Amino acid sequence: MTAAHRWEKLGLRRLGGRSHGTQQQTVAAMMFLAPSLIILAVFVFWPIMQSINLSLHNWRFGEDVQEFVGFSNYLKMWNDPRFWNAFGNTVYFTAFFVPLGIAIPLGLALLLNMALPFRTLFRAAIFLPVIASFAIMALTWRFLLDPDIGLLVYWIGFLGLPKFSPLRDPNWAMPAVIVVSLWKNVGFNMVIYIAGLQAVPAVLYEAARIDNASRWTQFWAITWPQLKSTNVFVVVISIIGAFQVFDPVFVLTPNGGPLFTTETLVSFIYRQGITQFNLSYAAAVGLILFLIVLALTLFQMWLTRTGHQ
Amino acid sequence: MNTIRRRALNQPSPIWTALTLTILAFIALVVVFPFIWMVLTSFKPEAQIAQYPPKLLPEILTLDNYVSVWSRIPFARLLLNSIIMAGGVTVISLFLDSMAAYALSRLNFPGRDVIFIIILIALMLPFQVMFIPLFVVVHDFGLLDSYSGLIVPRATNAFGIFLLRQFFMTLPKELDEAARIDGASEFGIYWKIILPLSGPAITTLAIFHFMYNWNDFLWPLLITSSTEMRTLPTGLALFVGQHVVEYGVVMAGGVLTLLPLLLAFLFAQRYFIEGIAMSGIKD
Repeated sequence: MTAAHRWEKLGLRRLGGRSHGTQQQTVAAMMFLAPSLIILAVFVFWPIMQSINLSLHNWRFGEDVQEFVGFSNYLKMWNDPRFWNAFGNTVYFTAFFVPLGIAIPLGLALLLNMALPFRTLFRAAIFLPVIASFAIMALTWRFLLDPDIGLLVYWIGFLGLPKFSPLRDPNWAMPAVIVVSLWKNVGFNMVIYIAGLQAVPAVLYEAARIDNASRWTQFWAITWPQLKSTNVFVVVISIIGAFQVFDPVFVLTPNGGPLFTTETLVSFIYRQGITQFNLSYAAAVGLILFLIVLALTLFQMWLTRTGHQ
Repeated sequence: MNTIRRRALNQPSPIWTALTLTILAFIALVVVFPFIWMVLTSFKPEAQIAQYPPKLLPEILTLDNYVSVWSRIPFARLLLNSIIMAGGVTVISLFLDSMAAYALSRLNFPGRDVIFIIILIALMLPFQVMFIPLFVVVHDFGLLDSYSGLIVPRATNAFGIFLLRQFFMTLPKELDEAARIDGASEFGIYWKIILPLSGPAITTLAIFHFMYNWNDFLWPLLITSSTEMRTLPTGLALFVGQHVVEYGVVMAGGVLTLLPLLLAFLFAQRYFIEGIAMSGIKD
C-alpha cells in the first residue's frame, strides 16, 4: 500500500493539498480544538521536551538555577549495574510474556471462534481479568502466593513438590510476575484475535473444504496468512506493554523483589525519580526507554506498510 | 451422521467437542479462580484467613470484613476519590475528545491534516516513559496531591479523539450541511445532531475511559501523596504495604472496587469487547 493510500484510508487528503474552509468554520474549528490541543501541548508534548532538559541537569525542586551536568546522567546509567539489571529483567520478562501472550490467546481464540456450547460464557470468564484493577488482583495473587498462609503455596507442597515461596525466591519471583501478567492480559489479546478471525472471509474456508483440506492445512494456508496484520499489531503492543510493566512488579514484589530480580525499567525509574528524588537520572533512563518504544512503534509501522504491498 | 458426511460439513465429532469443552472449562476455572478466592476470603473471619493449612471454603460466613473496611481503611474517602477521578476524567474527556473529533471530521479549515497527525503522534507516546517530566510539570503547576492534578492532564485523550473522529467520518455530510443552511450554529450541530447519532461510539469510549481510570495505579500513585487523596487501587495496595496484612479487609475492599465494573460488564459486555477490538483494528 502506498503512502497516499494510507492517508486516504485514514480519511486524509494528501499532504500539501490545501483545504478550503469558510472563515466561520475555521474560527469554530479552533474553538472546538483549543482545549484538547492546549492539554496535549502542556501534558504530553511539553513533558517530552522537558525530559531532555531534565536529563542534562541535576534537577532539584525549588531551586532557581539548576546545575547543568551535560551527559553525566547518561554516563552514570552506562556504568550503573542496577540499570543493566533492570534492563536485563525487562528483557527477561518480555522474552516470555510476548510469545506466551500470543500463543495462548491465539489458541483460545481459535477454539472460541468455533460453534461450541457455552462459548459466550467461556469468553466472558477468560476476559474477566481485563476489566479488573491489576493492582488489586495482584494483591489477591500475593495472598495466594503468601509464603505462610498462601493457598497455592500450600497446594504446591501438597503435590509432593518441595515447599517454596515464589515471591521470595530469586529464581521464581520473575516467573511468578510473568504468570500473573499473562493471566491479566490473555483475555485482551484473545478478543483482538477473535476479531481478526472473524474478519477472515468465509469463502476461503468453503473453498478449502471442497478441496478436502484438513484443519491443520486450513490453519497454515488460510488463517495464519490472513491474521498477519493482527499478529503484527499484537506482537508490537505486547512488546511495548512488556517494556513498560509496572503494576504487578510493584504490588507482588515491592522494593525490587528478592535480590532485585524483579526490578524492571519502569520500577527502576519510579524508584530513582519518585522514591529517591533523582529526577534527572530517572528522566535520562525514561528517555532511553522512550527511544526503545519509539523504535518499536516505527518498526511496526514499517512492517504494516510492507505487509500490505 | 457418519464420519465422512460430518467431515464434509466440517463438524467436529462429539468426542472432540467434549474434550475441547473440558479443556476450556478447566482454563476458565483457573482464570476465574483468583476472583473466587477474593470473594470467599472477604466472607471469612480473620482468624480463619490467617490459619495454616489454608482452606478454600469458609467455615463460618461473616460480613465483618465489609463492616470494618470502612474504619480500618478510609474506604469511603478512597471510594469518593476514585469516583471523582474516574468520573471526572470520563465526563470531561468525552466532552473534549468529541469536540476535537467534530472539528477534525466535520469542519473544513487550513491545517486540519497537520493537527490530525499531531494527535496521531500523541497517540503513540506512552505515558509510562514520560511520567518523571510529567510529575515535574504537575509539580510546577502546584497541582500535586489534588483532584485537578489527577484529572486535568487526562482531560483529553488522543485515542478518544481518534476513535470518535473515525466514527463521525461515517455519518453522512448532508446532515450538518442541511442544518447549516437552516442557520444552526456549529456547536448546535455538534450537540444536537452529531452526538445523539453517536451513542454506541460514545458509550464504548465512556466505558474505556472509566475502566482505565478507575483501575489505574501508577498515575494516582505518582500524583497523590496523602492517604486522603489516594484512589481505591493505590489506597488498598499501600495499606497492604504498610500494615501487618489483614487480607480479609483488603479482599472486601477489592470486591467492592470490582463490583461497579463487573455489573457494567454483565449488562454491557459488547461495549467492553468493542472498545478493545477497535483498538486492535485502528491501523
